[in-house]
Amino acid sequence: MNLTLAETPLHGWHTAHGAKMAEFGGWSMPIQYGSIVDEHHATRRAVGLFDISHMGRLVFRGDAAGPFLDHLLTRPVSQLGVGRVRYALLTNAQGGTIDDVLVSRLEDREGSFFLMVVNAGNLQKVTAWIESNRSEYADKEGSPEFEDRTLQQAMLAVQGPQAGKVLAEVCDGDLAGMGYYTAQCTEIDAKEGIVSRTGYTGEDGWELVVPAAHAETLWKRLFQVAGQLGGTCVGLAARDTLRLEAAMPLYGHELDEDISPLQAGLGFAVQLEGNSFVGRDAMVQVAEQQDYQCRVGLVSSGRRAPREGYPVLVSGRRIGSVTSGTHSPTLGLPIAMAYVDREFSDVGTEVSIDMRGREERAEVVELPFYRREDT
Amino acid sequence: MKPEELKYAKTHEWVHVDSAKNEDGGMATVGISAFAVEALTDLVFLELPEIGKQVAAGDSLGEVESVKAVSDIYSPVTGEVVQVNEELPEALQWLGEDPYGRGWIAKIRLGDASALENLMDHTAYSKLCADEES
Repeated sequence: MNLTLAETPLHGWHTAHGAKMAEFGGWSMPIQYGSIVDEHHATRRAVGLFDISHMGRLVFRGDAAGPFLDHLLTRPVSQLGVGRVRYALLTNAQGGTIDDVLVSRLEDREGSFFLMVVNAGNLQKVTAWIESNRSEYADKEGSPEFEDRTLQQAMLAVQGPQAGKVLAEVCDGDLAGMGYYTAQCTEIDAKEGIVSRTGYTGEDGWELVVPAAHAETLWKRLFQVAGQLGGTCVGLAARDTLRLEAAMPLYGHELDEDISPLQAGLGFAVQLEGNSFVGRDAMVQVAEQQDYQCRVGLVSSGRRAPREGYPVLVSGRRIGSVTSGTHSPTLGLPIAMAYVDREFSDVGTEVSIDMRGREERAEVVELPFYRREDT
Repeated sequence: MKPEELKYAKTHEWVHVDSAKNEDGGMATVGISAFAVEALTDLVFLELPEIGKQVAAGDSLGEVESVKAVSDIYSPVTGEVVQVNEELPEALQWLGEDPYGRGWIAKIRLGDASALENLMDHTAYSKLCADEES
C-alpha cells in the first residue's frame, strides 16, 4: 500500500482556497471548497472548474497500437478518425469490468496516437493489465508503444452552459464547432495541450490536458473568467452528485471486476457482433442468460438519501443494493443507482429501501435523473 | 446561549444544563456544534428523537443528513427526552445560523448526571476541533 498520497499540480492552490482535501484513488484531492450544493448549481447554471489531474493518462503509438487496443476494449477504436473520442470498457476474461475509459484518436507532430483516460484508482491495475497483454500481443502482432503520461500532465474540466466562454479565453480554436466526443491537439494558453468535448457532469463542456508545469497559471486564468460568469471551482463531492444525476457509472460503485458492462446498462459501449476482445465470449453468455442483476435508477419518496450498500426490498425480500445515492441538488429529491434482480428493473416498479433500519418507498425510474435542455 | 458556557462531547454535541431546575436532577438542552455543522455542510434532513425516549450517554439521539453523508447525533447525557425542537427539521438553516440557540435539538431530563463529567469545556473542545482540522 502506497501511503504517500500523490498531489496534483494545483494542490497548493486548492489548500490556499480552503478546500477540504481527502484521499481519492491514491491522490490528495479537493472534496469541496465550500457548499457542495452551491458548487453543483454553479456547474448546472454557469460553469464549474474541476481539477481532474488524478485521472490516469496513457498514450499508445505505433502501427500496432490500434489493433492492440481493439483486442482489449469492448468496442474497436483502431478505425476512429483523428479527433474522435470513444467510451469503452476494459474487461477481464470473465467479462467483468477492469475499468471504464475514454479513448481519443489524436495527432501531434510525432504522428497519430491514442490517448486512454482511466480512473485514478485503477491506474496501476490497468497499467499492469496492459503490460501483461502487451508482451503476449507483441510476440504475435508487433509491439505497440505505451507510455503513462499521468504525472507529466494536468487535466482540467470546464463544465456547464458558460464553459465555452471560459475556454475561449485560453483557446483560439473553433471550440463551438467541436462535436460532442471529439478532441484535438491544440494550443491552450500558448502551450501544447489536448482539448476534448467530454465530461462527467451531464453538462456541455470540455476537458483539457496541459503540461503539469503550466497548470496553475492556466487554472488561475480560468478561475478568474469563470468567476465573472457566475462559475466557481468544484470539488469531487459535487462532481459525484453531478455525475449521479446524469446517471454516469462510477468505478467501484456501479462497476467492478464482477460486474459485466451489460449488467451496468452499458450495452451501447459493447460491440459483440463481428468483434473479438478479451472477455467477449463470457459476455455473450451473460447476454444469453438474462438472469443477472442490472443497474436501475431509484427515486425515493422519503426525505432520507439512499447510500451505498442500503438493501433494496420488495415485499420485505432483498432484491438488490444501492451502489450510489444522494439528495439530488437539482431535483430536490433522494436519488440512487442500484443493482436489482432483473424482474424488478422495469420503470415504475415499486420497491423500498432499507435506510438504516427504516424502510422508505422508492420507484424505479428512467435514467438519467437529469438531462440538460439542449440535448 | 454562549458557546463558552457550554459543555461538549467529542462527537460534537453541545449541552447546556439548566441549574435553576435542578430539583429533578437538572434539564439538559442538547444540540450540535458550529464546527459539526460547518463540517457537514449542505444539510438536507434531520431526525429528532421521540419524546419520552430514555437515552444513555452515547446512544443515538437522531440523525442528521447532508448531501454527502448521514451522521448519528449522539446523546451527550443520560436521561429522558422531554422536549424536541419540532420546527427545526423544516428550518435546517437554524443549525448554521444559530446552532446554540434556535438550532437546539432536544431537552433531556437528566437521570444519571455522572456522564456530564466526561464532557469537555469550551477550551478543551476548541482544541479538539483545531486538532481535527489539521
